[in-house]
Amino acid sequence: MPPPEAAVRTEGLVKRFGDFVAVDQVTLAVQRGEIFGFLGPNGAGKSTTIRILCGLLQPSAGRAEVNGFDVAETPESVKQSIGYMSQKFSLYDDLTVEENIGFFGGVYGVAAERRVQRAEYVLRMAGLADQRGAMTRSLAGGWKQRLALGCAILHEPPIVFLDEPTSGVDPIARRRFWDLIYEMAAGGSTVFVSTHYMEEAEYCHRVALMYRGRVIALGAPAELREAEGPGATMDDVFIASIEREEARHP
Amino acid sequence: MSLRRLGAIFRKEGLHILRDPRSLAAALLVPVVMLLLFGYALTLDVDRVPTAIHDLDRSPASRALIERFRGSRYFTVIQQEGGYAAIEEGIDRSRLLLGVVIPENFSEHLARGEEARVQLLLDGSDSNTAALAAGYAESLVLAYSADRRDAALRARGMKELEMPLDARVRVLYNHELKSKNFIIPGLIAVILMIISALLTSLTIAREWETGTMEQLLSTPVRPAELLLGKLMAYFVLGMADMAVALVLGLGLFGVPLNGSFWLLVFFSALFLFGALCWGILISTVARSQLLAFQASMVSSFLPAFLLSGFMYAIENMPLIVQQVTRIVPARYFVTALQGIFLKGVGMEVLWKEALFLFIYAGLVFTLAARKMRQKIA
Repeated sequence: MPPPEAAVRTEGLVKRFGDFVAVDQVTLAVQRGEIFGFLGPNGAGKSTTIRILCGLLQPSAGRAEVNGFDVAETPESVKQSIGYMSQKFSLYDDLTVEENIGFFGGVYGVAAERRVQRAEYVLRMAGLADQRGAMTRSLAGGWKQRLALGCAILHEPPIVFLDEPTSGVDPIARRRFWDLIYEMAAGGSTVFVSTHYMEEAEYCHRVALMYRGRVIALGAPAELREAEGPGATMDDVFIASIEREEARHP
Repeated sequence: MSLRRLGAIFRKEGLHILRDPRSLAAALLVPVVMLLLFGYALTLDVDRVPTAIHDLDRSPASRALIERFRGSRYFTVIQQEGGYAAIEEGIDRSRLLLGVVIPENFSEHLARGEEARVQLLLDGSDSNTAALAAGYAESLVLAYSADRRDAALRARGMKELEMPLDARVRVLYNHELKSKNFIIPGLIAVILMIISALLTSLTIAREWETGTMEQLLSTPVRPAELLLGKLMAYFVLGMADMAVALVLGLGLFGVPLNGSFWLLVFFSALFLFGALCWGILISTVARSQLLAFQASMVSSFLPAFLLSGFMYAIENMPLIVQQVTRIVPARYFVTALQGIFLKGVGMEVLWKEALFLFIYAGLVFTLAARKMRQKIA
């Protein structure tokens, strides 16, 4: 089957928790090989959207396709095609670096002969080759975060979802992490990354600004800034977009 | 079902177990402590009843009766002085369980062929023990009386009287009637139930609490694989516990294993699997480790202890409670254990127990897997 042109496509996606609408009519498409940024304050609905796209939550209405598979109907196929890294860097603290890699390699079904090769790649990528036997609990935040990313891409997924991967780590570790994202995109992966750091928007090919469950602006960072006027920053774009949104839906 | 994913879960879970020395020690020490505690301290046998004898007659006849009490393994005569007051005080202070009073005219009555009376004073606070002690004392006095009568008849040159009825008791299994032979096999059921429900109940709740569950759910791992992989790891630990209990039971307490060793292993494996599934089910329902711990304690320990027939005979329970015991898996396992250990019976007798345990394990596993899937969606 030839890969469909869009890696991720949603149409009128809605998620309700009781009366609360966490995701409200989100429609977007992410192209293959793109670094797509999901920006917005905490509680804007970024994580909920990502979790729907990863097959972890059922949408209340609308459609979403990941790698050509419908997330509500064929979540198993979706899970085969993605790597997901949640906010909490969910690794096992009482396992060593190598054991965590081995475990995730196993649950992603990486073939035994390929697993060694992939493990070496991840260790090198995360800069953890010298600490392969170290207990994960003893790693500093930045290392843990890179290990979590490495564990999520052991099976070479075409699409990677990163939910606020850089929250809570120091600026240098953040910078290094973005280098890894570029490396993955250069290798042909699609990266869907959420963040609440405005300056990180500049690292993305395209961004969606999310506010109260809605996408209020969508486009390349430079385009969005220019549309707002000369010298406008990403913050200005966000503020202006929110003001327009409030005027439309008070 | 993918073996690769199953193997990964199994290995990871095994590492968790090995990396947590406190839980591991608890898992292996609980059976030892429970066996020692129950094996030594808890005995339902009544023997060496502390007895005081107040002999007012002081005749050869009364001394002969006292000798019988001294000679019996059921009684230990610890006091012969002090009279009624001393017996009462002894019972009040729980030093004595039985007081035997031989009245002044005991030998006179006997000599004249009149009814001679012996008074038995009992501490009835533990009614079970008191009833058993009273029974032993009565039959001792009765045997003495029969011997006296026979001796008297012989003295007059008459033939001994045949008893119209004579019950010949032959105990078929556990012929020494030792309660430990009965308790220790049952205890194995309780130990396995507690250990398995306790350990597994935390395993899924912990993954929810640390957030690793979310990561797992984003991978292609299926709920059944996750459950089975975890079960397998704890299964190994549970069988190790079984081995510890078996070595102690056979070696230290000398409980006989009359039946097949492999049948014992088969039943233990079957029961263990069901008990582990129960723990997992609790773990999927309860999201916090604390709640899971409490729920597993109440739902595994209490029924296994009270309703399995391990301590309290099911036949003596009220009818409704008897019906409730039918859904307690430990009940079937206790029956199987006692059958294998003491009676040496095989599958031809125990197939019903095996069938129940099999259905139970399958049902709980399916339920846990379904619950898990619901929770994911």
